[in-house]
Amino acid sequence: MTDTPSGHTTGEAGHGSPHRLDTIVRYTANDRTNHWLTAIAFVLAALSGLAMVHPALFWLSSLFGGGPWTRILHPFIGLFMVVAFVFLAIRLWRHNYLQQRDWQWMRQIGDVIANREDRLPEVGKYNGGQKLLYFVLVLCLAVLLLTGFIIWRAYFSAYFPIEVVRLGALAHAFFAFVLITSIIVHIYAGIWVKGSVHAMTRGTVTPGWAWKHHRAWYREMIHAANSRSRPD
Amino acid sequence: MALQSLDIVRRSATTLPEPEIRLGTGGQHVAKLIDTTKCIGCKACQVACMEWNDLRDEVGTNIGQYQNPHDLTESSWTLMRFAEVENTKGDLEWLIRKDGCMHCQDPGCLKACPAPGAIVQYANGIVDFHEENCIGCGYCITGCPFNVPRISKKDHKAYKCTLCSDRVSVGLEPACIKACPTGALVFGTKEDMKIHAAERVEDLKSRGFQNAGLYDPPGVGGTHVMYVLHHADQPELYNGLPSDPQISPMVRLWKGVAKPLGLASMALAAVVGFFHFIRVGPNETDGGDEEGANEMARKPAAAPPASVEKRP
Repeated sequence: MTDTPSGHTTGEAGHGSPHRLDTIVRYTANDRTNHWLTAIAFVLAALSGLAMVHPALFWLSSLFGGGPWTRILHPFIGLFMVVAFVFLAIRLWRHNYLQQRDWQWMRQIGDVIANREDRLPEVGKYNGGQKLLYFVLVLCLAVLLLTGFIIWRAYFSAYFPIEVVRLGALAHAFFAFVLITSIIVHIYAGIWVKGSVHAMTRGTVTPGWAWKHHRAWYREMIHAANSRSRPD
Repeated sequence: MALQSLDIVRRSATTLPEPEIRLGTGGQHVAKLIDTTKCIGCKACQVACMEWNDLRDEVGTNIGQYQNPHDLTESSWTLMRFAEVENTKGDLEWLIRKDGCMHCQDPGCLKACPAPGAIVQYANGIVDFHEENCIGCGYCITGCPFNVPRISKKDHKAYKCTLCSDRVSVGLEPACIKACPTGALVFGTKEDMKIHAAERVEDLKSRGFQNAGLYDPPGVGGTHVMYVLHHADQPELYNGLPSDPQISPMVRLWKGVAKPLGLASMALAAVVGFFHFIRVGPNETDGGDEEGANEMARKPAAAPPASVEKRP
């Protein structure tokens, strides 16, 4: 079973129902690699950044070889994260346009939290919360990149007025907190919705998973499979 | 690092109080008083600083004025700043100010520093950098209202005037004080220095400097380096000495409420997630969902290609 681009089927059952899907590819090997490169960089950037933002967490600097090494490595890790995320964001861009049904999904956040998914509007490849996360991440990483350069004392800070550096430091900490909190929610959502971790580690989801959580997307998958198997 | 840990009253990136056993035993705050009205700009203080602290700055270039080097550096912890100012009578005044760390009672560098123990304040008020703990981030520069700390390009550690904490701890005055030939620099308890400054101000006023005064800015809790100025109403005349220096509100916010609130938001997200799982349980798919999926797959007619995500 090899990976094919998102939307293609793998392991089609042949007898009589060419459009039946056994498993659905949600993330290709490239998608997964891209995601986990970003994720690993995020974890390292977050740990090294937290070491420098709160005294109670300074011990985290030991993970990076001490305070000075933490200070040296953090911006480079952050840069790597942003570059990796840019590719990821481009890959996912077209799936994240906010639509009417996404706003409806967000208005029914009570049903989401209470696990009453049957009451929610149909969801495409991503639900309203995932799309919201997408844009929060885009915003956070853009601000963190910009302010990160401003407060990067070794190379760039001297080029900015001191008031800009102060604002940069404050904004960098604030958006880092927003980012980390958002990712905690993202990680929990992955744990909560069973099958999500499998999608991002092995690439595939079951038809039932797609039908339950992303029905509009599942319908597209069927349509794509049918149009491929019956090219009339 | 000449003083003992029991003499430290404040330590960077430390959330609990320092040892307080000696509080209330009558320890005195010290201060250096710089009388700009007596300074002749000889730079003996700069040389003494280099000598005592064993510092040698790179030889720079002459840019047509007396100020040399051009700015404070990691190797030049004090610097005579020369300002040519035309007063209201049309006369030229040559205002010379010995610049360097002001040793704020409420130090912005210490507030901003993320490395535990890299910046300390002693019971006598001296603010000192302990470079062995410095990580080189430069947040002290961000926090300082006086633009004093400098990061070395070679070792990426922060440096500034120590107020000769090593000398003061053994009862000596700072090296610059020792070298000053005119008595423009004096050192002693902060109280004594204020009394001395008051005498000087009175003398200056009798000589026609109506706005003479002491520079001990309250916005940073007072400083342990103070100036006698002929024009205390316009400290900016002295090469931009700030008239009301304070730790920036952005630094206060950044190193104040933002830290605990930020950590709390992260912890809250994790705790809420955990208890959501405990109360609601996982969101799983079952046979019914697979059946629903098969049903849809068997009736492609009933499954029109719903909108691919479109721009709204």
